[in-house]
Amino acid sequence: MTPKSEAELAQMIKGANAPLRIQGGGTRPIGHAHGDGLETGALAGVTLYEPGALTIVAQAGTPVAEIEKTLAKENQRLAFEPMDHRTLLGTKGEPTIGGVVAANVSGPRRISVGACRDFMLGVRFVDGAGDIIKNGGRVMKNVTGYDLVKLMTGAYGTLGVLTEVSMKVLPDVAAQAMLTLDGLNDTQAIAAMSAGLSSPYEVTGVAHDPQEGKTLFRLEGFPDSIAYRADALTKHLARFGTAATTEDTQLVKDTWIGIRDVGAFAGKDGDVWRISAKPSDAPDLVAKIGPKAVQYDWGGGLIWVLTDPGRNIRTALGDFDGHATLIRGGAEFPTFQPEPPALAAITAGLRAKFDPRGILNPGMMN
Amino acid sequence: MEMPAPDARVLSRKDYIVERLCAVLPKDAVISDISETRAYECDALTAYKCPPLCAVLPANTQEVAAVLKICHELDVPVVPRGSGTSLAGGALPTADSVILGVAKMNQVIETNYDDRYIRVQTGRTNLSVTGAVEANGFFYAPDPSSQLACAIAGNIAMNSGGAHCLKYGVTTNNLMGVTMVTMDGTVVELGGAHLDAAGLDLLGLICGSEGQLGVVTEATLRILHKPEGARPVLMGYDSSEVAGQVVTDIIKAGILPVAIEFMDRPCIEATEAFAKAGYPMCEALLIVEVEGSESEIDAQLKLIMEIAAKHNPVELREAKDADEAGRIWLGRKSAFGAMGQINDYMCLDGTIPVSSLPFVLKRIGEMSKEFGLHVGNVFHAGDGNMHPLILFDANKPGDLELCEEFGAEILKLCVEVGGCLTGEHGVGIEKRDLMNVQFDPVDLEAQMAIKDVFDPKWLLNAAKVFPLATSEERRAA
Repeated sequence: MTPKSEAELAQMIKGANAPLRIQGGGTRPIGHAHGDGLETGALAGVTLYEPGALTIVAQAGTPVAEIEKTLAKENQRLAFEPMDHRTLLGTKGEPTIGGVVAANVSGPRRISVGACRDFMLGVRFVDGAGDIIKNGGRVMKNVTGYDLVKLMTGAYGTLGVLTEVSMKVLPDVAAQAMLTLDGLNDTQAIAAMSAGLSSPYEVTGVAHDPQEGKTLFRLEGFPDSIAYRADALTKHLARFGTAATTEDTQLVKDTWIGIRDVGAFAGKDGDVWRISAKPSDAPDLVAKIGPKAVQYDWGGGLIWVLTDPGRNIRTALGDFDGHATLIRGGAEFPTFQPEPPALAAITAGLRAKFDPRGILNPGMMN
Repeated sequence: MEMPAPDARVLSRKDYIVERLCAVLPKDAVISDISETRAYECDALTAYKCPPLCAVLPANTQEVAAVLKICHELDVPVVPRGSGTSLAGGALPTADSVILGVAKMNQVIETNYDDRYIRVQTGRTNLSVTGAVEANGFFYAPDPSSQLACAIAGNIAMNSGGAHCLKYGVTTNNLMGVTMVTMDGTVVELGGAHLDAAGLDLLGLICGSEGQLGVVTEATLRILHKPEGARPVLMGYDSSEVAGQVVTDIIKAGILPVAIEFMDRPCIEATEAFAKAGYPMCEALLIVEVEGSESEIDAQLKLIMEIAAKHNPVELREAKDADEAGRIWLGRKSAFGAMGQINDYMCLDGTIPVSSLPFVLKRIGEMSKEFGLHVGNVFHAGDGNMHPLILFDANKPGDLELCEEFGAEILKLCVEVGGCLTGEHGVGIEKRDLMNVQFDPVDLEAQMAIKDVFDPKWLLNAAKVFPLATSEERRAA
């Protein structure tokens, strides 16, 4: 099913008598979804764009590429730099903005500017009863009523099918630079990344690749400002070694697209897990897992691991401050971190309210 | 503002309820004498007052859970209270309610500079969170005007903002985790020291839910290293259209100031009479602040001054030192106090798309004449959050009602142009009955369904947010 309007989508959901598998561009097959396909691709187009107000509104099926192109014309961007999962998952198709929002997809800049959910201003969606609901709006400050905008962001379509999203955008930057430290072990790297993030130099990306032994720091802004901050940050990090600096903006861009999309794991055999953790815990957590390969992003707060297929790393991790999601790999165990009973009860309660018949991506977030 | 009639069954059992609460709390943590409960009869929306049945001041999560469990069992309404600085009546009691104050819970539980967070009990004031970390060069970003007094609990309940949120976001963007007690006494943990909590974004849902879904007792907050420096410029223009255009041009030039504040003539006049900050007399005054190192600030301000100069400013003044910076901010920071010197005032909080600014200000000016009440406008211009201050005389019969009517018309206008009723103060009782202007019944139904899940008996702060007629069936059930 490919509804051509919000009203048509609402009718389809009202009339549905079997589970629906909701899909944007189909580039992020994460979780156990089953049911009749319901595609949002025909609900496309930018509805409103006000560069002076840093606001864009688009229908859910709008390709991310189209939004980025629209923004680039005014020298603006989606600051949370959503990951493109096609590289890691080997999928085809065109990522949509609705898919990005439904999965709360962010990239390396999440550590400095926030996640997709932090840029969300408003949503329109159709719930499991077929009702069209709106929440939030198109202004940056809005505390009118409950924040269903955040609730819908990252709900993987299980509470409603997004039809329109409204987002805050930010100015693009004139230039980018990168500092690289060589040869740090994981613990030293986490300490160095924390030092970078605990500085006033506005680092907008901090990642560590243990395989290459490289720890990377990204700076963005006006060229003079970057030159100043690169110098200051180099001094600030001196106890971890002498950082090499590049001000080749294209090289920096390409490097961070690679980090964003976890390009290092592309085409390599094994399962891929995404772990959100307290940064200083990261090296110990990785040691417990003993993975085939690792990438630290967000200063260690986001750990990507490549493991042998079929391993449930949650057994090795035990109880920890964070959660693990299986992003690539078929498995019998849950894709998402199981919730403690009190939270599971609230989640189940919300699902029962928003999707009383249990037809929207049932079982998706298990 | 109408409030639901108190439940006679609850009122008649006051002694028993107090006895039960005394059994789980230290003696001095239960306040039931009418001479003392009066201290909790209102918040900063002082036009409305009602002493509660009693007030409790628990010291930790376990005590909060014990209180809620008893109230849940006995069907007693509970109104959570931070520091009582709500301008929207968020902490206004009903006569049959227990005020649950978090004032005793003000401890820092953990500070972690490597992982950049602080965990506090939520009765701690906003400013003292920064106070706990500033010696190490850090700060907590959300900075509501009431930050000296307001509690983190209230900040979370209302998703409070501040002048610097254009760059740093509001409470929800700086909140990593909470311990929360639901109405039946269940303790839940959401998020933690990691980013992007697992499962549905319940943390995002809780933040801004006006104390209707649970009582947040502890919070993990993101802390940031302070910038090297900050400096404001002041610019004055002959019309709000031009000032609005300057804001747009600055943003479109790729500069993201940390704050852009706007004041109109009535507000400038009142402020000058009160604080003598040396502001120019003009139709629209902007304060734009940028951050960074000295050289970075110079570079950004140069660009901003170039843009500002193109639009024929009446005045263009860059702070040369900390003293001048202080003078530039002085007027803005005393604006509310200055208006209060003239008369009683009501502070509104609607948000509008920045592009509608000139139209909205023009309409407010026209309405001011129609209603015969003066109004001054202070405005977070970068994000469209307006603060019209309507002057009235509380001693003049009918003036408050007239003022509320005028306020409602302004908020309807905000919604009409694509904005919303409240940007950072919350709905409370103040904007409760206007929710139908912004939302269709089905939108409100979806929100109320959430409260059904967290608080099926509708005991927690239930007379707020939703129009009374809309929530009546649920509250009565």
